[in-house]
Amino acid sequence: MELFVNQVLAGISTGAIYACMALAVVMIYQAIDHLNFAQGEMAMFSTFIAYQLMQWGVPYWWTFPLTLIISFAGGIAIERALFKPLGNAPVLVHVAGFIALFAILNSVAGLTWDWTIKQFPTPFGNAPFLGSQLISTHQAGMIGITFILLILLFVFFRFTRVGLAMRAAAALPESAKLVGINVSWMIALGWGMASGIGAIAGILIAPVVFLEPNMMGGVLVYGFASAVLGGLTSPFGAVMGGFLVGVFENLVGTYIPGVGNELKLPIALALIVTVLVLKPGGLFGRAYVQRV
Amino acid sequence: MSTMLAIKELRSYYGQVQALHGLELSIREGAVTTLLGANGAGKTTTIRAVCNMVRSTGSIEFEGKSLMGRPTESIVQYGIAHVPQGRGTFTTMTVEENLQLGAITRKDIKAIGADIEKMYAYFPVLKQRHTQQAGTLSGGEQQMLAVARALMLRPRLMLLDEPSFGLAPLVVRDLFGILRKINQEDKVTILVVEQNAQLALELAETAFVIETGRIVMSGDAKEIANNEDIRKSYLGY
Amino acid sequence: MTTAHETATAAPATGKAAAAAAPSMNVARAASLITLALLLLAPLFLKNFYIFQMTQWLIYAIALLALNILTGGSGQFSLGQSAFYAVGAYTAAVMMEIMGVNYVLTLPAAGLICFVFGFLFGLPALRLSGIYLALATFALAVAMPQVLKLHFFEHWTGGVQGLVIIKPDPPEFIKTIGVKMSQDMWLYYFTLVVGIGIYIASVNLLASRSGRAMMAIRDNQIAAAAMGVDVPLYKTLAFGISAGITGVAGALGAIAVAFVAPDSYTIQLAIALFLGMVIGGVGWLPGSLAGAAFMVFVPNIAESISKGLSGAIFGVILIIIIFLVPHGARQIAYMAQHLIGKIGKSS
Repeated sequence: MELFVNQVLAGISTGAIYACMALAVVMIYQAIDHLNFAQGEMAMFSTFIAYQLMQWGVPYWWTFPLTLIISFAGGIAIERALFKPLGNAPVLVHVAGFIALFAILNSVAGLTWDWTIKQFPTPFGNAPFLGSQLISTHQAGMIGITFILLILLFVFFRFTRVGLAMRAAAALPESAKLVGINVSWMIALGWGMASGIGAIAGILIAPVVFLEPNMMGGVLVYGFASAVLGGLTSPFGAVMGGFLVGVFENLVGTYIPGVGNELKLPIALALIVTVLVLKPGGLFGRAYVQRV
Repeated sequence: MSTMLAIKELRSYYGQVQALHGLELSIREGAVTTLLGANGAGKTTTIRAVCNMVRSTGSIEFEGKSLMGRPTESIVQYGIAHVPQGRGTFTTMTVEENLQLGAITRKDIKAIGADIEKMYAYFPVLKQRHTQQAGTLSGGEQQMLAVARALMLRPRLMLLDEPSFGLAPLVVRDLFGILRKINQEDKVTILVVEQNAQLALELAETAFVIETGRIVMSGDAKEIANNEDIRKSYLGY
Repeated sequence: MTTAHETATAAPATGKAAAAAAPSMNVARAASLITLALLLLAPLFLKNFYIFQMTQWLIYAIALLALNILTGGSGQFSLGQSAFYAVGAYTAAVMMEIMGVNYVLTLPAAGLICFVFGFLFGLPALRLSGIYLALATFALAVAMPQVLKLHFFEHWTGGVQGLVIIKPDPPEFIKTIGVKMSQDMWLYYFTLVVGIGIYIASVNLLASRSGRAMMAIRDNQIAAAAMGVDVPLYKTLAFGISAGITGVAGALGAIAVAFVAPDSYTIQLAIALFLGMVIGGVGWLPGSLAGAAFMVFVPNIAESISKGLSGAIFGVILIIIIFLVPHGARQIAYMAQHLIGKIGKSS
């Protein structure tokens, strides 16, 4: 029983990483209606920007907002420069664009900051949290920040006019234009916000997985999976999906014999696919009804 | 009364296909005008052209200012509200959020709450359902929501695309009664595009009849309604 | 979620192109004959290494053909093609090295096994579309290398090390008619013959009743069902056929490279195939050749420009292509046809 509780706790702490990334995934999905395969690399790049600022001697608590602003602007710039001109091109072409962006960011980061792994500081410290060896203060802090972000996003989308306009633009662009919403800029804003949330995720994740150009590869896969499991339309679902995937992955590794680190991911993905087959909208998402 | 909207020499295209062939139409301020015609005559295209949702040439002037080439989202700045065909309901949002979206460009945020209450007075059913997802509303209720959403702009001109489509006759009567009230009490100029000619002619003062992309007849709504030849050859009742 | 079918249906056809249809039919026929002649003659003037690369190119083209049938034909999206490719490759390797079967016979076996595998995978995938199907197929692609590494199968698969295959020699009759041919050149022509066969079969499939049923599903699933198309059957069938052809490509790949290992068939292969499809033009079968050329040559070009920044250069080339021709090689073909049609008319 104690083993079980411990593994659940450990799962929650890795789940926090996934939850954080899943939130960024849902954010972009709300804005552009697809998944951005380059999102992990954008987060990685933002984290390197934070690293660079600190190397230049900027204190941590200044680095954080500065990175956020740079990432926000960067996200908007990428949308304006690359994806707005693609405009009405088919979805699959946009996906190819994401892959191109992935390759570029990964390669440029590798050349600029090289491929060695780097320590990244945490503001929360790495002491055991409340005496538990399984969750460090950093991971507890990360869970806290994930929930604060979730609440902020909820308030933004539910109670602000810009949030309402963004939702409308994503749901029904043509009607949104008729009530006077500038749909094109709402999409850019969505990119900016997703990029900013990605930066926060990267900064929180880097102390755990260490900073290097490929740090987000695995995390993004889990982030996608979590978001899809929770329901792509629901930020709350995405966060819950993150924790569920983390816990499940840990339990599978502990209780099913012969499952090394390598098989954890396929099994987790298989479970998610099973859930989707049974409940296609995700656990917390809206069922999607199609009209002919 | 002065001319509010003047359309001249309007030609619109879907890809290579020309849908309007030099259409001319004008709307007087404060009036209810109707544009009648059969399926595929170009009614919807005409009001979509006003909002720049279809590629067009010619001239469209609103109170002397050209609307040609203006992005769709900027049309509301002139006080023009468009109730699209199929109602354009934001189905995943609540009724109240739909109403707020109608006022999304307004600067007088404080007055919006009062306007929402006013809409609930016009359409009591919307008040009952204000926290429901709009997609769960019936067709008639969604049409009322669409009209209410357009009114939230406090428009000077309202464009309605087949508001009677798919609604039960009694519901249509109610809706047209409210449109008359909006026109008289709130001084909103209305252009209503309709296939249901009989009803539209009762509501409107001026009528235009469109056929294959051209206006073939225009004049006083009552005269057109009383002229049996026109009714039989163009309006089919 | 907008699905893949938009891509497939959004061919940049115009009224004028239709008017030029008669001469352009001849243009298309001439183009295919020229391509065929080039494919037949080129190896005679090339070194073995380049012949090997051309074989690889043809093999990827076959795999892209398979993906085009799935996405372009039935509107389903797959990031899991690398898994089918791997199963085909391992089928060939195990049959040749462990059971001692002739390499020619491994192709139908690989095709059949992958067809069944794809068909079975298509059953649960029926419930999924768009992003969800992408995730499910992605899971398959991620799982495959790990499954191939399992201890349980090591006796057959060789585990992490993989299996080495002996490259087949050209058959005796070629020597007896007095032609000297290298292994690579023989494999090239062998692949070419298999590829042409699959291409012709695919064209006929898409033009058949079944092909029309699939395309009806792609364009509007509910309407197709209402017309009496057995939607679940044709969707799973599309998955099965696509997987089967991919399996044949995988088997050819294993024979040509003379080696299989789990890490040759990662998600990167699936992503490369996806990009190849977009570059070739979704749903346009001849585009498979262009897409495969992109897969084989562009990474090399990027590498030769700058080793350190090869990823970035690859990305930039990709972006330039999708900006210039968002519909891929298909769009270029349309423009060329249009142009030739115009010249033909004015002269």
